[in-house]
Amino acid sequence: MTGADILRAFKRDGRIVVVGASLAGLRAAEALRDEGFTGSLTMIGDELGEPYDRPPLSKQVLTGWVPADGTKLPRRRDIDAEWLLGVPASGLDLATDHVRLADGREVPFDRVLIATGVRARPWFVESEAALDGVFVVRTREHAEGLQRALAAGPSRVLVIGAGFTGSEIASICRERNIPVTVAELAPGPLVGALGAMIGEIAADMQRAHGVDLRCGVKVTRLEGDEQGRFRRAHFDDGTTIDADVAVVALGGIRNTEWLRDSGLAVGVWGIACDTGCRALDLNGLITDNIFVAGDVARCPNPIYEYRLISLEHWANAVEQAEVAAHNMVSGQADRWPHLSIPLFWSIQFGVNIKSVGVPTFADEVVVVQGSVTDRRFVAAYGYRGRVTAAVSFNNAKWLDHYRQLIETAAPFPPPCPTPDQPADMKPVPVDFPGPTLLAQGATVVVTGHDPSERRVTSVQRHR
Amino acid sequence: MATTKTPDTLLRILDYSTRADPYPLYAELRETPVALQGDGSYVISTYRELTDILHNPHLSSDVRNLSHPVEAFERSGTPAFINLDPPEHDRLRRMAMRHFGPPHTPGLVAGLEPDLTATVGSLIDDFVGKEQIDIVDDFAYPFPVTVICHLLGVPREDEPRFHLWVNAIIDSIDYNPKTDPKEKLTNGQQATTDLREFLGGLVEQRHGRPGDDLLSRLANDDGPDGRMTDDEIVATANLLLIAGHETTVNLIANGMLTLLRHPQVLRRLRDEPGLVVRLVEELLRYEPPVHIIPWRASYSDITVADTTIPKGSRIILMPASGSRDPNRFHDPDRFDPDRRDNQHLGFGSGIHLCFGGPLARRETQIALNELVRRLDRPRLVADPPPYRRSPVLRGPIHLHIEQGDG
Repeated sequence: MTGADILRAFKRDGRIVVVGASLAGLRAAEALRDEGFTGSLTMIGDELGEPYDRPPLSKQVLTGWVPADGTKLPRRRDIDAEWLLGVPASGLDLATDHVRLADGREVPFDRVLIATGVRARPWFVESEAALDGVFVVRTREHAEGLQRALAAGPSRVLVIGAGFTGSEIASICRERNIPVTVAELAPGPLVGALGAMIGEIAADMQRAHGVDLRCGVKVTRLEGDEQGRFRRAHFDDGTTIDADVAVVALGGIRNTEWLRDSGLAVGVWGIACDTGCRALDLNGLITDNIFVAGDVARCPNPIYEYRLISLEHWANAVEQAEVAAHNMVSGQADRWPHLSIPLFWSIQFGVNIKSVGVPTFADEVVVVQGSVTDRRFVAAYGYRGRVTAAVSFNNAKWLDHYRQLIETAAPFPPPCPTPDQPADMKPVPVDFPGPTLLAQGATVVVTGHDPSERRVTSVQRHR
Repeated sequence: MATTKTPDTLLRILDYSTRADPYPLYAELRETPVALQGDGSYVISTYRELTDILHNPHLSSDVRNLSHPVEAFERSGTPAFINLDPPEHDRLRRMAMRHFGPPHTPGLVAGLEPDLTATVGSLIDDFVGKEQIDIVDDFAYPFPVTVICHLLGVPREDEPRFHLWVNAIIDSIDYNPKTDPKEKLTNGQQATTDLREFLGGLVEQRHGRPGDDLLSRLANDDGPDGRMTDDEIVATANLLLIAGHETTVNLIANGMLTLLRHPQVLRRLRDEPGLVVRLVEELLRYEPPVHIIPWRASYSDITVADTTIPKGSRIILMPASGSRDPNRFHDPDRFDPDRRDNQHLGFGSGIHLCFGGPLARRETQIALNELVRRLDRPRLVADPPPYRRSPVLRGPIHLHIEQGDG
């Protein structure tokens, strides 16, 4: 049989398993059918129920406008799949091409897509995390629980972490007229993602909306009462605050533990893959039947010096899933690279924040359009004289232009005037907190001397 | 790159004789995506280049940024937001949108649905006993006019007067000093003055009298941006009134014409009314009501498709051509109501995206559904039908049909 014959046979009656039944998994499955894959398709997911959309969970669901079970993802087509839901995958055996489930079942595949996503990082003390009134927000159940707690009219909500999720939740609290304290280790909200200048604007915005914002502080302890209800939080500066609800919004942990012994290049940052979404093994060699998409995929982006980047963005999950699906059923010559420019959005304090590119890949930032005081502007980010990202506050319709500037490595700061240009257009240092990930220690060691025996071995990866 | 092999393509498009089918000329135009014209203006006709420039902050909608102002553009009075750039554009559009759509006024269009259906129903009731129906005069014109008057709070009985004004204004939009009589321009300018005066009178009456119509709401607004001046309200109302008159009528008439040319789609729509949502999107791509955006200016040098358009140049955009670009749409000259990948330019793109788009969509959906449901074997009397003069807002001036055994 020729390669084309094998591919045709695979498309007709091959076996594809998708691990992860959320946005990336579902969109990949739909794309596989669109591509003409008629073989067997198995969807594995640890959550029960149909795939649902997560962005509304920290927004419309928390205001009570949309019920938590009202965010099911629209189905773009019938996917005719076997659904194995409610049981997580626990292992991947590349020698025999099986996915192992936590209940002991084994699911064979010819090709597999890994789209297991991210879970919320829990509070670091288990007994404190278990207190009544302490929440994380990642799943439908989480959002439903928090919505109920907010509806009960708490005296105060403490949000730990002022990233996007934390800031959105603080915004909802103010919208519901609930007193809220936000505790953030960095000098301002959103600083880790967007840098110090935007962080300052975000801080002003929070305070103008009545948020008790405390930056540069660490929450050290969550204290409960005798009934096990959260009552008080302690900060590292010795102060305390009384509240009935604490929302832990400290980012996510990529769901890769189940791949620990798989022999794939897995770490806290996700699973390394090529731009064709094929996973790399521990040695950095490309696999041919293991694909990755969504929040767990760590993919090189040529625009950003080929660095491996993993993104927890809705649009990235969709685009990567479609590329992965296409490549799963295509021959080498017809494969696509995933080369999209990252894009994400947030709504908080009445402002639509949208970003294109990778703002952390920058040394300077400048407001190029609009007015910061009006909360209506575009800021461009540059790295060594070229545009690498842009962020808009209530001005998203221009971002397509900045996407183009990024794609064409246009000069930074953008030289030509626009009608809506601020009087003082001076780039400032972007100022991100230090690269904490680099301090986490080696995850692998290299062994062997002869080129034929050189191998990578993992030492410790998950923390 | 910018020099075109066929320098007169745009002139032939503007010529009335090509009105019934400008699409082959658009194809000719697309061979040079950014085409420098004899008068120094640039025509952009391909999809990617159009979407690029519509999102380019160096593109200005304010004719004061042209280095050689064109006579027709010299308008009197406060400009409406369609002719302004940020931040003024954003402020005025935001203040108007507060009373028209989400987040502050969600459900306005949905709330109008019973009225829309009733208006459509009564217009179709009047078809009874007529041997010939003019879909334009008997239906596609009176329907959106009734709706926009109701929405703004303009008395219906004043309609014949401003009908004349609006026609004169539209007529002057594509005024060409070389070929057109001067009256075409002066009539348009006089009509603008008269219409504004008339609207100014209405605004004056609304002060201190809160009501549900848009004029009352604008005249009594206490939103975060404060209140528009009376001149700004008049400019806004003037814009919405003209747009409400002259665009949906074309979309509905073009829609009925397209359905009559595709009888199998018409039959399908009758059996499957839900199809209308996608069908109207395809119409906006295939036979849109607005074909040309004749006036934009480069605020600074703009590079599009390797062509640098110098600061101060006039830029003419051809969205109807972009929506037929084979590099973006598969089989673009086929009317395919099942088309899924359909990000057409029927409502434009970027910050000037059609303000009334959600209303126009719903109006057209209801109109076409009811027409195909209630007309009995409708047939075109003449194909092509006679067209309006304007190459910008393109559509039939009459669309005569017969139905039943007539």
